[in-house]
Amino acid sequence: MAENILRMRRITKTFPGVKALQDVNLDVARGEVHAICGENGAGKSTLMKVLSGVYPHGTYDGDIELEGSVVEFKDIRDSERDGIVIIHQELALSPFLSVAENIFLGNEREKRGFINWNETNVEAAKLLRRVGLDLNPVVRAGDIGVGKQQLVEIAKALSKNVKLLILDEPTAALNDEDSAHLLGLVKGLRDEGITCIIISHKLNEIRAIADSVTILRDGRTIETLSLHDGSVTEERIIKGMVGRDMESRYPDRTPVIGEEVLRVEDWTVHHPQEGSRVVVDSANLSVRAGEVVGIAGLMGAGRTELAMSIFGRSYGSRITGTLYKNGTPITARSVGEAIRHGIAYATEDRKRYGLNLIDDIKRNVSGAALGKLAKRGWVDSGREAVVAGEYRRSMNIKAPTVTAITGKLSGGNQQKVVLSKWMFSDPDVLILDEPTRGIDVGAKYEIYTIINRLAAEGKAVIVISSELPELLGICDRIYTLAEGRITAEVPIGQATPELLMQYMTKEKD
Amino acid sequence: MATTVKDPAVTAPPPPVKHGLAFLTSRLRQIGIFVALIVIVALFQVLTGGALLMPDNVSNIIVQNSYILLLAIGMVMIIVAGHIDLSVGSVAAFVGAMSGIMIQDWGFTWWVAFIASLVIGGIVGAWQGFWVAYVGIPAFIVTLAGMLVFRGLTQIVLENQRITGFPEEYRQLGGGFLFPGLFPPETNLLDWTTVVLGVVAVVLLVASQLRGRATRARLKLEDEPAAWFFTKLAFIAAIILGLTYLLAGSRSGTPIVLVVLGILIVAYSLVMSNSVFGRHIYARGGNLQAAQLSGVNTKRIDFMLFVNMGVLAALAGLIFTGRLNSAGPGAGNLFELDAIAAAFIGGAAVTGGVGTVIGAITGGLIMGVLNNGMSLLGVGIDVQQFIKGMVLLLAVGFDVFNKRRASNALK
Repeated sequence: MAENILRMRRITKTFPGVKALQDVNLDVARGEVHAICGENGAGKSTLMKVLSGVYPHGTYDGDIELEGSVVEFKDIRDSERDGIVIIHQELALSPFLSVAENIFLGNEREKRGFINWNETNVEAAKLLRRVGLDLNPVVRAGDIGVGKQQLVEIAKALSKNVKLLILDEPTAALNDEDSAHLLGLVKGLRDEGITCIIISHKLNEIRAIADSVTILRDGRTIETLSLHDGSVTEERIIKGMVGRDMESRYPDRTPVIGEEVLRVEDWTVHHPQEGSRVVVDSANLSVRAGEVVGIAGLMGAGRTELAMSIFGRSYGSRITGTLYKNGTPITARSVGEAIRHGIAYATEDRKRYGLNLIDDIKRNVSGAALGKLAKRGWVDSGREAVVAGEYRRSMNIKAPTVTAITGKLSGGNQQKVVLSKWMFSDPDVLILDEPTRGIDVGAKYEIYTIINRLAAEGKAVIVISSELPELLGICDRIYTLAEGRITAEVPIGQATPELLMQYMTKEKD
Repeated sequence: MATTVKDPAVTAPPPPVKHGLAFLTSRLRQIGIFVALIVIVALFQVLTGGALLMPDNVSNIIVQNSYILLLAIGMVMIIVAGHIDLSVGSVAAFVGAMSGIMIQDWGFTWWVAFIASLVIGGIVGAWQGFWVAYVGIPAFIVTLAGMLVFRGLTQIVLENQRITGFPEEYRQLGGGFLFPGLFPPETNLLDWTTVVLGVVAVVLLVASQLRGRATRARLKLEDEPAAWFFTKLAFIAAIILGLTYLLAGSRSGTPIVLVVLGILIVAYSLVMSNSVFGRHIYARGGNLQAAQLSGVNTKRIDFMLFVNMGVLAALAGLIFTGRLNSAGPGAGNLFELDAIAAAFIGGAAVTGGVGTVIGAITGGLIMGVLNNGMSLLGVGIDVQQFIKGMVLLLAVGFDVFNKRRASNALK
């Protein structure tokens, strides 16, 4: 490789309480396709946000060298001026504007403030042809499929004279045909001299198109492997992604497992807007009293969708399948019904879906079971404060009083408030979605202790997590999920990170 | 690792009682609104040479603004839930008109007409609530349509004429007074009914405040310094007694509408703070998804809020019609804007989740005193509108500034 177009040196990025990146180095050669791999939360997206100026210079430590000179981007426009374009996982097209308008958004073909529509549409058509898209540029972006939208994003990047194109999980939402087309296009762009960085969970894709791969784990660079000679196998990459020490980060527990509490049979869920897209595909799973069951899956595998559809159909459309509670079929068509059936779901996004951040601890704790504190519609505020106070002590929520506003608590303490809320609803089954996301190591240990306590009380606990060591450390049994299908059920005795990762990346036959 | 995670609860500090200034700044918004009302009253008292707080004028301010305050109660609840209602003025006019038709054309007795009017208000609210809650059209659109629809219906049912000559009993609600002839005139230095009411109100207030503080202290939730608590209590008691004295010395004593309003303010404050329904309103406005995922039936909440607003708008229509002894096609015009302004001046958040009944009432009184004071001074309607607009803008601007400062302090 002749020279490096990009060198990132000792990049460290800290969020309050969390070190997202620590001394990360990344070297990308000119004209190559460079893959970045790592578990969810390993720091891939953060690193790309540092590179593209989403996190401006000064909010991180370390240097970025582009084509031999140090650059200090203040924002995305700044990095785009130097030819770095990032295409995010969530597409950023405006659905009501035409494809051509989207391509030139913020970069309009104009003269003295007036848009030259002919030039806009002609240039857009040229760019679309370059990405292999035979499309009239005046159609609305919202009217074309996700695969084509992805290509429009690339056309938009090309309009900015891109030198370094960053693709974040570009094929996560695409079907096989669209994926193949997109990967072919990336190869074509490389041959035109455009360097690509591609973040992907799909290891077969990486092996097919990437020239080299850098593996991140826990915010650090682990290694960079060259893929040219074909000696690097998927197993080798997986080992780099998951291999880490696992001593005593998890409290000890002796499981006492009882009868089956919840069983899900043949559960199929469709996308709420695109009714033809299958998000969860005939899933079967069960959980017993006193058992902690893990669900492992990569981003986009349908973990949250599965959990929320079980929880009173709060996600999805055209849901089919049967829920059994203690052996008898139940219907839970609303969240209220699910709660009455003793099901609780603690969300992965506590700020958006879990808490009323402008209200205090006690009112959040009572939020899912206010009826338990009320007589004829009137709330006993005194008892509410007592109950919340008990949870504050038993869950060790660090706040001066239960009247503290939840928006001002740390992530770990917010999570404890969410867990308190669901414990107060007195469920038989708790589904915990990423219960330790974004919280520090000490608080994680406390959350694990709470999970063990719940299991010891005879609750059935389902834990969804992107962190394999976490699942291996606390679960009795683990289901793996890939593309909406349960690909394996692994007893903890047989589970290894490598085995789970294989099932999690298993493609459809 | 397993053994090194200690239980920090052991070392957790006791609830801090904030002292003096720190406490006051933490409650700046709530206190600020009351201070603003007092400053405005004092200002106009001086500017009008004492005319503002003349007994009959005080009575007048209350009656004049009663229907706006009533609407502000329902409006602040809707705003806390994250909606808005632009139709209340039209709905009040429509119900006023219907009550006139029921009495004059259909020969209903006044109290049957009252009940039927409140039912009509409830139906109107259910109609709008249906579109907002179950069809999912934004309340802004539904009630903008309602504003036109019910204004139109008012004009249709009245055939663009006004109805006057309402029965005496009907007019009591808007313009009557409590037991005017109960005590013989020679003993009537003060209106003793008013004095008794005022004293009872103060006793109840002090008792409930002391009990609340005792409960909070028992639960170790009290963060209000004792000095501040008693100053505040004494101050509020003094204001109520002062108002009692003024009303007792006015020509006719306590307006009936004040009693109605007082009961509703207390009742709705309790609903908002202590009922499951009220608490679900705050939860819905604070974070819709979190409320839904906690099993709150948010559609039902939205629906009920509009039904409630419809009934309150109907009551406002009855009071207004009774006071003017007239139901006209243009009645209640712009009431909605005064009610919305009252809620926002009173500290409700545009994004929902924040707001109190007492705040909205205070906001409504600020607008009312401004109106009355400026009218006494002979300030033209044009300038009055300008000043009221600026007050609304600055009050909400102060709110936004305050919030930004608070969130900056967190960083």
